[in-house]
Amino acid sequence: MNTNAATQAAPTPTADPAAVRKAISSRPRPSRPSALSAALTFGWRGMLKVKHVPEQLLDVTITPVMFVLMFTYLFGGAIAGSTGEYLDYILPGILVMSVLFTTVYSGIALNTDLTKGVVDRFRSLPIWRPSPLVGSLLGDSVRYLVAGTVIILLGLLLGYRPGAGPGGVLAALALVVVFAFGLSWVFTTLGLLLRTPNAVMNAGFMGIFPLTFLSNVFVDPATLPAGLEAFVDVNPISILATASRGLMEGNADGGDIAIVLTVAAVLTAVFAPLTTRLYRRA
Amino acid sequence: MSAHSPLAVEATGLVKSFGETRAVDGVDLAVGRGSIYGVLGPNGAGKTTTIRMLATLIRPDAGSARIFGHDIVEEADAVRGAVSLTGQLASVDEDLTGRENLILLGRLLGFKRPAAKERAAELLEAFGLLEAAGRLVKHYSGGMRRRLDIAASIVVTPDLMFLDEPTTGLDPRSRNQVWEIIRALVAEGTTILLCTQYLEEADQLADGIAVIDRGKVIAEGTPGQLKASVGSGALHVRLLDPEQRLVAEQVLGRELGGVTLGADPAALSASCSAADRAAEAVAELTRAGVRVADFSLGQPSLDEVFLALTGHTADEVSTEQGDPIHEEQAA
Ligand SMILES: Nc1ncnc2c1ncn2[C@@H]1O[C@H](COP(=O)(O)OP(=O)(O)OP(=O)(O)O)[C@@H](O)[C@H]1O
Ligand SMILES: [Mg+2]
Repeated sequence: MNTNAATQAAPTPTADPAAVRKAISSRPRPSRPSALSAALTFGWRGMLKVKHVPEQLLDVTITPVMFVLMFTYLFGGAIAGSTGEYLDYILPGILVMSVLFTTVYSGIALNTDLTKGVVDRFRSLPIWRPSPLVGSLLGDSVRYLVAGTVIILLGLLLGYRPGAGPGGVLAALALVVVFAFGLSWVFTTLGLLLRTPNAVMNAGFMGIFPLTFLSNVFVDPATLPAGLEAFVDVNPISILATASRGLMEGNADGGDIAIVLTVAAVLTAVFAPLTTRLYRRA
Repeated sequence: MSAHSPLAVEATGLVKSFGETRAVDGVDLAVGRGSIYGVLGPNGAGKTTTIRMLATLIRPDAGSARIFGHDIVEEADAVRGAVSLTGQLASVDEDLTGRENLILLGRLLGFKRPAAKERAAELLEAFGLLEAAGRLVKHYSGGMRRRLDIAASIVVTPDLMFLDEPTTGLDPRSRNQVWEIIRALVAEGTTILLCTQYLEEADQLADGIAVIDRGKVIAEGTPGQLKASVGSGALHVRLLDPEQRLVAEQVLGRELGGVTLGADPAALSASCSAADRAAEAVAELTRAGVRVADFSLGQPSLDEVFLALTGHTADEVSTEQGDPIHEEQAA
């Protein structure tokens, strides 16, 4: 490597007007990309950002990892009688929590993006209008997968043995990611409504935190006061956690899965068009 | 529709308000194909808002505009196919490398992956960014970022390019480079709509200029016409002792006329068309006992253009009428 020579001697490189003229005059005119191709390109953009700033994955994995360790070893004995039993109960729940927390970041990322000039360029391109949104959510889905995988690997390391084997684990992961995809539209809407990334973060977690804790992710609702139990039972996050446990153990209830998919579809049907419309006007 | 309109931009009565602020208040523009058209105005005049309407990013509240004959609202997609935008905030992705930015745009414009890579390499080379191609844009200097921004705008050569203050914040060398690139673009047939706060920039590049102020076009013409209406140049003087500005003002008023006082308490300028008149005026200052720190001859500043055209200077412009700060300054 001769980085030395480059940093010392080379004059600052400048634009070469003749080459610029040549580049301009070649006037290539490719035909417009399809909606899918544009969305995938934006997905690629999301991946590149993860590649350049891998720390952003730490944000969304460390907290759940801490939760697994803390709950299992600190409260496991008290809540479920033994740490091993509690791990079986809590791991699918933490999977749900860790992926759902990641969805808030979709809204934060969108809000951050809007403050930058590059969005104006995207919006002045002749492409399918929602493609930046769909693309970044596709990219985010990969982050959901990463977050989910970390939790599962940690669980295996700590002695968690899912009854339904790898197939069940993958099915649970897929279900959680699909639900997260639907939920993330809520946060992209929020990301377009609120002014700063910080406001999105606060509002996002203010919603998702209580919803997660008032679910069956951590405790069996049967131990709760009646009013609370009723809420916990209908909380979609509880249903998602139950369905994930079922898939991982091999005794999933089809009805739960159907409810989860329906909620995801409804969230998408309501909030995706809302996001798209707000984005167009932002 | 008449896609063969002789005009690249044809706007009539564009209006855009944000709440109480009428950012653009009835702007008419006519820009011929293949020319550089300058939109000159101070902060908050409505330049960016005008461009954003023309680039289909926001809808006008009233009025209409056509880009190469295509209506900006009804045929937004056709407009997007013909224009590209280099915004006031750099319109590139800071969290990607320069090369990735160009490949990304190439893909979004429909290039297949290998072609997008090839085009990116060609542009990086032409814009002197090959060495920095693998670095994240957030670590680029202002000049490099601007070059990348313009390169990104010509991944597919546009018929019309919007440039929003392309040289604000650049050092003179980087500024000259950007000017060179703009000239190259026009030589190859691209029409350019250039927003700027510098009369000098508009003078250097533009074939026609519209001066806008508080959302309205207040003057229009060639740079020559505009300068003729303003006085073609100015003598800028900075004094060692601000206390002497009053005396200096009197001397320059007598010798040259058209004195404006700068924001700097030690600075003032006077309109001046010939260098020898300026030399005499400076000599006269010395004779009057005024100690001069430095002086220069230059084109009229935006302030002077505004003073000549509107009777108020640019920094008195305030978007809200009766703004208390404004009142205070006037008092
Ligand atoms: N999105 C917005 N919301 C509210 N007000 C806005 C918005 N965009 C612009 N304005 C206001 O409209 C007016 C015109 O702004 P604009 O950005 O068009 O001016 P400009 O000529 O580009 O100024 P500058 O030289 O500072 O870039 C300003 O008073 C500005 O505060
Ligand atoms: Mg502006």
